[in-house]
Amino acid sequence: MKNSTYAACVAASALMFATPALADATADGIAKYREALAEGNPAELWEMRGEELWKEARGPKKATLEKCDLGQGPGVVKGAFVTLPRHFADTNRVQDLESRLLTCMETLQGIPADEVAKTPFGKGEQKNIEALVAWISAESRGMKFNLPMAHPEEKRMYEIGKRAFNYRGGTHDFGCVTCHGEDGKRIRLQDLPNLTKGPDAARGFGSWPAYRVSSGELWSMQRRLNDCFRQQRFPYPVYGSDVTIALSSYLGVTANGTGESIAPAIKR
Amino acid sequence: MNIRIRQGAVALAVLATLAAVAGCAGTGAATVTSADYDKDAAAVMAASFREQGIVKTDRLTQDEVMVACSKFGHSLDDDLRERFQAAALAEVKWPSDGKYIGDWKEGEKIAQSGRGLTWTDKADAANGGNCYNCHRITKKEISYGTIGPSLYQYGKVHGNTETTQKYVWAKIWNPNAYSACTNMPRFGTHGILDEKQIRHIVALLLDPKSPVNAE
Repeated sequence: MKNSTYAACVAASALMFATPALADATADGIAKYREALAEGNPAELWEMRGEELWKEARGPKKATLEKCDLGQGPGVVKGAFVTLPRHFADTNRVQDLESRLLTCMETLQGIPADEVAKTPFGKGEQKNIEALVAWISAESRGMKFNLPMAHPEEKRMYEIGKRAFNYRGGTHDFGCVTCHGEDGKRIRLQDLPNLTKGPDAARGFGSWPAYRVSSGELWSMQRRLNDCFRQQRFPYPVYGSDVTIALSSYLGVTANGTGESIAPAIKR
Repeated sequence: MNIRIRQGAVALAVLATLAAVAGCAGTGAATVTSADYDKDAAAVMAASFREQGIVKTDRLTQDEVMVACSKFGHSLDDDLRERFQAAALAEVKWPSDGKYIGDWKEGEKIAQSGRGLTWTDKADAANGGNCYNCHRITKKEISYGTIGPSLYQYGKVHGNTETTQKYVWAKIWNPNAYSACTNMPRFGTHGILDEKQIRHIVALLLDPKSPVNAE
């Protein structure tokens, strides 16, 4: 089942670039893929769990996350996702959604942030993060990106992110820019957004977190960036590290005003 | 050229002075320059990664080419471009036995494989060439990328001459030889592929019997 859905997804990706010769060969796959999509995005399951987790008293302090400030005031979730990363006065840091959640989990619930950061994706508290980011992003679905840039630290992280995006290194001389610096390119059959400008940046950045059909998992933005760096043959980016936040700042600001968030999306 | 640079430098100095004055008149905060952000970015890169599996943090170390290509992208100035291309061509290691053509069937396998050198790969695993990720190569394989140009019928168009063989060899060994700051990896220079593997890929592209040219 999983394999056939995957094949259908690959086939559907092909449609966007299909030559007439390919169109016939992929038509069946596309029909199957549409059928699969019509059944609904499984990310909904993570969204429901995320909303429960937000309101559940947990951790050593047996507290909920309902006083967590995601930038719109304590407890305000609607619209928060499309303004992140942003600067927070209490931590004096620019934070993305996930590093901000770590702060809230530690301060409100007493769950140590560094332990969550060290937990592998898809395990323990990281599973809870996946559910939380699914729900929180869904609460901004259809809204345009609108990251603030007034604070000097926000501007600084954007500038660092831009440089990190263009940083070429490793065994293959790859950087983010290698695959995401031009219009209309693809890797194998997978189309690649040009993340250096809107509205492609909004389409790319605004899809994550996403449900991945190929693995049956909900991937957060941190996990998406982590796997990009793996494929670049770069070393392992530390969870919530400044390079990951700076990249999100660059992508988010580039997406500003040019498109709406559809996260959590469904991906091959 | 020199005069233009000097004029540019004067203009920049004037701008910097104006910016500094504006900074004094305003909040009094120091003006942050692009060079400051460069330094901040370098510090963030150095602090944000750790080793995992076979991948150590020295992967972040950049040579002169990587530094320039990160900064200027594909729009290098002519002096740098010519210098990088000449240096790349000079360091190409030609086949030890003078043979450029291997087995196209092996070449096809290498072109298909995207394995190797990530933190989830084993140290002793054979590296792939990742060729189909970016290039159309055979007619049969429809799952190809478009970051690089189509190589379908490459040998038919360019001929299986020694000149073409040498060009393809060098292009795979160090593609900066012909196009500085290309997106293509330096397969020979960085030891991603060995001499034998490169020979097989040259065969895939140029052998008249290869499906690249025969189909």
